Amino acid sequence: MKKSTQSPSPSMSRRKFLIGAGGLTFLVTAASVFPGFSVKEEEDASPHAPPSYQVNAWVHLAPDGSITIMNPAAEMGQGSMTALAVLIAEELDADWSKVRIEHSPVEPDIYGLKFRGRGRGRMITVGSFTVSGYFDALRKAGAQARYVLLSNVAEKWQVPLSELRTEPSLVVHPKSGRSISYGEVATFAKAPATLPEIGEEQLKQPAQFRLIGTYMPRFDIPAKTDGSGQFAMDVVLPGMVYAVINRSPVHGAKPELRNETELKAAEGVLEVVKLEHGVGVIADSVEAALAAKKQMQIEWSKGAKAYEYDSESAPQTYRAIAVQEHYAGTSVLVSQGDAQAALAKAQRRFEADYLNDFVYHAQMEPLNAVVSVAADGRSAEVWAGTQASAGARSAVAEVLGLEVSQVHFHPCYLGGGFGRRSMSDYIEEAAHLAKHIRRPLKLLWTREDDVQYGAFRPMSLQRMQAGVDAEGKLTTWSHCIVGTGNRLLGSGARNPYYDIPNQQIEVRNVEHGIRTKHWRAVGHGPNKFAIEAFLDEIATALQEDPVQLRLRLMKNAPRAAAVLKAAAEMAQWGRAAPAGRARGLAFAERSGALVAGICEISLKADTGKIRVHHFWAAVDAGIVVQPENTLAQMEGGIVHGISSVLHERITFSKGQVQQSNFHNYSLLRMADTPESIAVHIMPSSEKPAGIGEASLPVVGGAIANAFAALTGKRLRHLPFTPERVQQVLEG
Amino acid sequence: MKYSFNVNGQNLEVDAPENANLLWTLRERLQLTGTKYGCGAALCGACTVHLDGTPVRACMIPLSMVAGRSVRTIEGLGGEHPLQKAWIEAQVPQCGYCQSGQIMQAVALLEQNPSPSREQILAHMNGNLCRCGTYNRILKAIESVIQQR
Repeated sequence: MKKSTQSPSPSMSRRKFLIGAGGLTFLVTAASVFPGFSVKEEEDASPHAPPSYQVNAWVHLAPDGSITIMNPAAEMGQGSMTALAVLIAEELDADWSKVRIEHSPVEPDIYGLKFRGRGRGRMITVGSFTVSGYFDALRKAGAQARYVLLSNVAEKWQVPLSELRTEPSLVVHPKSGRSISYGEVATFAKAPATLPEIGEEQLKQPAQFRLIGTYMPRFDIPAKTDGSGQFAMDVVLPGMVYAVINRSPVHGAKPELRNETELKAAEGVLEVVKLEHGVGVIADSVEAALAAKKQMQIEWSKGAKAYEYDSESAPQTYRAIAVQEHYAGTSVLVSQGDAQAALAKAQRRFEADYLNDFVYHAQMEPLNAVVSVAADGRSAEVWAGTQASAGARSAVAEVLGLEVSQVHFHPCYLGGGFGRRSMSDYIEEAAHLAKHIRRPLKLLWTREDDVQYGAFRPMSLQRMQAGVDAEGKLTTWSHCIVGTGNRLLGSGARNPYYDIPNQQIEVRNVEHGIRTKHWRAVGHGPNKFAIEAFLDEIATALQEDPVQLRLRLMKNAPRAAAVLKAAAEMAQWGRAAPAGRARGLAFAERSGALVAGICEISLKADTGKIRVHHFWAAVDAGIVVQPENTLAQMEGGIVHGISSVLHERITFSKGQVQQSNFHNYSLLRMADTPESIAVHIMPSSEKPAGIGEASLPVVGGAIANAFAALTGKRLRHLPFTPERVQQVLEG
Repeated sequence: MKYSFNVNGQNLEVDAPENANLLWTLRERLQLTGTKYGCGAALCGACTVHLDGTPVRACMIPLSMVAGRSVRTIEGLGGEHPLQKAWIEAQVPQCGYCQSGQIMQAVALLEQNPSPSREQILAHMNGNLCRCGTYNRILKAIESVIQQR
């Protein structure tokens, strides 16, 4: 096999070039358990700095006063990296300008999230529960660190600890007028024999917060504006090789490589590795790896279950299942009263089916991972952007036949996660390939790989039935979800804030052998669309204002009602929309956050293109740690939601994904973004709820309802592509 | 093969295979990893750099086309560019992966036209995707720089 050369000119060292070019502030330093490897490290993490004092697992204090706080969660754009550090800094009484944040080691027993304070810790960033889940534990960790500093000063000054106070990064003794900075404390502080337990009553009350709830610029943003923020894709190691994989076009098909000899002889190719689900090629450059992938001649086994699946005909199948009296794959989510009996007795009955297609995560950074197996095979290093760092570390250890402790894991920024990066498939693949070559290896997924071997939010059909009595009271509600992906289908189907006496909510699962996965807000997207559009249909039939109808249903849910009223006020609900436009609203709960959203749309009747001009949203998420980031998350979720509701669609033909890149999987672009998105955060001192997925679920219902207000017609199948809109207008 | 060109004001020579392209050369050979791979087909804009002052998608540029020319990447802006400051001020990035491309695309616009209209901004930026949905903040950041002038 021939080798292509690819190193920079020897006339200029790489390091010199990096510093010379545009004032880069990075240098290449050894930061690895293996000599000779290197990654980018920030310059101020100089190896000559005096050792910092580790106050506890979460806080390191340097003599210059700088405070390093550990972040246990994935940072994928949701901002919790900053929020978690704020929780610690708040109770530590840290001067925020001195705080820097680092990824914590992947040690779930120390840094993991214990659900309701119990069980083993887990390091997984999903479900918008990071800030709410760590809220108490990290404030206690901050308070504990503060206590350690105070006790050291009390001993040094020989004063009772109770006489000491703190100001940001300062210990103060008001009686004697003395004060000492945290940095100075670090020079003499000793680690206590045992760390004190902190009770909830020792924590600050919301009125005492200095940081929580104030404008807190995100720690990660500067590095994301100058190109220095490190994603796994950006890791470059000396002697690194590059891999790509040709994966089965139909899930479950097995490969038979026809031209291995030719492939191995190709320029730059180092290894060809056969995997269960594809064929990997390792080369000395990205270009060589990509060229070799194109050259592969693979015969794929037939007979995998997925071959039988066509998404085009799925709605008929799903409808047939929805009407069956008994279906074997049924999970009942809610069974309250007798929904069917109440429907028989109802004065008026309503029924409608809603549908949604598969959607793809489309995170901007295609999947990738860097794995380096030591020459002796006895240890490994991994660089990856993952929502499930602990699981990924264990998975790599298993692939390589190592103990978890022998795998050194470097979490990186995630160029988007949205649920896709809670799977570790791409990291395990890199480990398989690295095992063969025992050199630092970067596995790249092309965008085409990322789309075609995606794991999607499932398609589903929602059969809705409801009945009202003579007074127009909603007495019964049935929601039957039919689709694939089982537990992915049910989230968001419950409506605890709506008072309806008889309810039957169930999931009927069908296995197609295709890959499905959590996708931002999971089932909440399709389910809240169906629920909120159906309620709007009922309101229209009853000739009742949709806000009023929901407020009647929310009589036992005052927080929900307040959110709905706030959004209605923002949008001046009730005031006519400008000519050619109409408004629609929806309400949803996700991860404890209550959101009402209202949009204003117009329609190009000749093309069927819907445009969202304005979006108003109110959110009650309890105590909000970072208000500015909350606004950003709400805005982002609305844009993401509009994109999925108007454009996004994955289809299968004989088990094969028919889309491949952004030309046939369209995302919302800047020119089609609403002119304004206004978000109101409800003041609250309740426990925090999750923000990252809160706004997305209201978008489908709001747009469908605005469309009905504009045209009198109902859109019942996501996404509302121009073709579908035209069909509905004509039909 | 040896290729000579200028990156961020530095003349340099790179050894690379004949089929090398600009994106992978910047990222893997020169470790200028601020320029991102997103689609490999000029559909997303994550790899936007300037070639002799014009914004281009590095993923589509064979290295042979760059010989003797000047490339500017996000690293070449130096971190203190008014648009970079505006990006921080408006707290634009979320995951951040598309933002180098967004900023390079915006820099090119303001160099060509210091006071574009909103329509011109939208038209110029429309090729750059952001999955996190930061478009309105990008617009705000660009317009804040225009207003400061």
